[in-house]
Amino acid sequence: MGNEKKTGAQALVQALEDSGVDVMFGIPGGAILPAYDPIFDSKIRHILVRHEQGAGHAATGYAQATGRVGVCIATSGPGATNLVTPLADAQMDSVPVVAITGQVASGAIGTDAFQEADIRGITMPVTKHNFLVTDPAEIPRAIAEAFHIASTGRPGAVLVDIAKDALQMMTDYNYPQSINLAGYHPISKPTDGAIRDAARLIAESSAPVLYVGGGAIKSAAHKELLELAELTGAPVVTTLMALGAFPNSHPQHLGMPGMHGTVAAVTALQKADLLITLGARFDDRVTGKLSSFAPNAKILHADIDPAEIGKNRRADVAVVGDLKLTIAALIPAVKAEFKKSKPDLGAWWKQVNSWRERFPLAYDLPADGAVSPQYVIERIGKISGPDSIYVAGVGQHQMWASQFISYEKPRTWLNSGGLGTMGYAVPAAMGAKVGAPDTTVWAIDGDGCFQMTNQELVTCALNNIPIKVAIINNESLGMVRQWQTLFYNQRYSNTELQSKRIPDFAKLAEAMGCVGLSCDKPEDVDRVIQQAMEINDRPVVVDFSVHRDAMVWPMVAAGTSNDDIVVARSMAPIWDSQEL
Amino acid sequence: MTQQHPDSGITSRAATKVHTLSVLVENSPGVLARIASLFSRRGYNIDSLAVGPTENPLYSRMTIVIDVEAHALEQVIAQLDKLINVISITELDPVASVQRELLLVKVSTNATTRSQVLETVQLFRAKVVDVAQDAVTVEATGNSEKIEALLRVLEPYGIKELVQSGLVAMSRGLKPGLSTNTDSKG
Repeated sequence: MGNEKKTGAQALVQALEDSGVDVMFGIPGGAILPAYDPIFDSKIRHILVRHEQGAGHAATGYAQATGRVGVCIATSGPGATNLVTPLADAQMDSVPVVAITGQVASGAIGTDAFQEADIRGITMPVTKHNFLVTDPAEIPRAIAEAFHIASTGRPGAVLVDIAKDALQMMTDYNYPQSINLAGYHPISKPTDGAIRDAARLIAESSAPVLYVGGGAIKSAAHKELLELAELTGAPVVTTLMALGAFPNSHPQHLGMPGMHGTVAAVTALQKADLLITLGARFDDRVTGKLSSFAPNAKILHADIDPAEIGKNRRADVAVVGDLKLTIAALIPAVKAEFKKSKPDLGAWWKQVNSWRERFPLAYDLPADGAVSPQYVIERIGKISGPDSIYVAGVGQHQMWASQFISYEKPRTWLNSGGLGTMGYAVPAAMGAKVGAPDTTVWAIDGDGCFQMTNQELVTCALNNIPIKVAIINNESLGMVRQWQTLFYNQRYSNTELQSKRIPDFAKLAEAMGCVGLSCDKPEDVDRVIQQAMEINDRPVVVDFSVHRDAMVWPMVAAGTSNDDIVVARSMAPIWDSQEL
Repeated sequence: MTQQHPDSGITSRAATKVHTLSVLVENSPGVLARIASLFSRRGYNIDSLAVGPTENPLYSRMTIVIDVEAHALEQVIAQLDKLINVISITELDPVASVQRELLLVKVSTNATTRSQVLETVQLFRAKVVDVAQDAVTVEATGNSEKIEALLRVLEPYGIKELVQSGLVAMSRGLKPGLSTNTDSKG
């Protein structure tokens, strides 16, 4: 890696190779064109997507499935602005993604040149950091720093915008051997004092809950988490971003908390005397009305991001550090405390178990014999099994996929949690499949979501990326429709997509080089899923025509207290207040 | 250079919880935009903001005056600290630091009031930097209280034009103030 003369474009591609990139998703265009010449010769696999948004979500899916940094590349102007949504998405869910964009030549910056957009300015609030490079000599350092920033500390999205003339000019290539950013020193090791205080708090609690967030997956803390959970014997809840960090099948697992969480998980948080918060951020979808969230609980908050401590809920004990190291340090500290005195959680479990038994997750089958969406999703999970990767869009199907598939391993559940990006599933599944080619990857998508990004099925078909897509087709924007049912007097303003009439999803899939299947009878569900499981040479799309009135339950209405969780199983809710 | 947050309005500093942050940042393009964008999107109110060079050409120093509760201040500092270009953040105690603003004010005068205005200027150890037939321009430096007091006295004569810098501040003594959490990026 000594001094060699290269163009800026060659330096860029070399720096990407030196950063360990094996695949990137993108589309060429004017300003980034110089980079595409050396990409032609590079060992990096470049996957030509059909829309830059697809490139961004694919990079995210790749990163979430593998734990490596996902990479996407686009040209200036509209190419770059099309990346804004996936970058915001990745940043919100702390996914390490690096985006490379071409920029107009440095002399033209600020002149409203053709395809000019201030993408550094535009993405400033939705990235962890970003760069504008106008000097070719700075390209390798910017790339190395981008990967370092994206993948360390709390991971996130980083954008590197490179002026076209910087790509064209000659430069000496120097890949930095070490990175030292004066203003960036993420903490990884928690302090002994914090660990001691945390262990003491755990030992004092007789009604604790392990409130586990996406940080447990980011830091690969699942083994340590299992050990801590079994050591403390405490109930465990895993947030939407944490499904798979702790086995669903484990007897201590209560499910997901939050707006559509299980009654046991939501209520355990409400009634706990201690929340052992591990890589979670007290998101409003988890807490409900913040002022009434877990009113009697002390808060132990462990997170790698100091700014999360006390952001939404004051912490009694804060532990800042990498979660894997934090839990590893907690285990012996808790053991030592337990030697002095170990709390008896018997009474607590009795309560928790009564909620579990009385209010299990369940659904009623439609009376008219139509296909139940929950049943389809449950069967996919059963037939494809816990080794598959499941990728959801956003809406009802996402919530059902979080409820009715049993996640046993980390990185098997991918979704857009924070930003709630409809259209995430197909491109993210593509990225996941590229990162884990030997794993079965199911996109569980809604008919609304699918129509936002399905063009990437062409990319999948042409590049041998055989994902499986289940469209949960209720011919409407189902979650919005559910809110209209509950809160807008069944006035279905602009939520009826009529997607059982148009388009014909199976035909659309066939036209894009996939196998297209349809299913509209409950008795055919298993057979069609089996059929899809056996197709591995092409992507396959199954259009499951399901009952449109099915709703996601339980539900804590937005802005209300978690104490007001509504338990209903049928299509008509029971708005009585349960004694919880 | 200074910026006034558009939403900040005119508030009496005595009545609110005002904090002065001295923020060392990399001297690179876009840093001011990053800070401004952070304050804007997180809904923090900036009372004043002053940016200038430091003894090290690689760094700039920002003095940010904000009006927040103590709990929110922790969040402001933690969020600022996450910006890669921010090197360190120090909260300056008003007692243990020197804090100064610069004021230029054009005051209406006539033959009878001119001497009174000049007397006021002397009392405040300000100076006259321009004299016209019907006005004098006064330059004053001092902490916020002194500047406010001067303006109160000058106001009855008629203030034709006024421009004020943001606060700049520095800890007293030899050593720079202790930075908070320079090592705590998430």
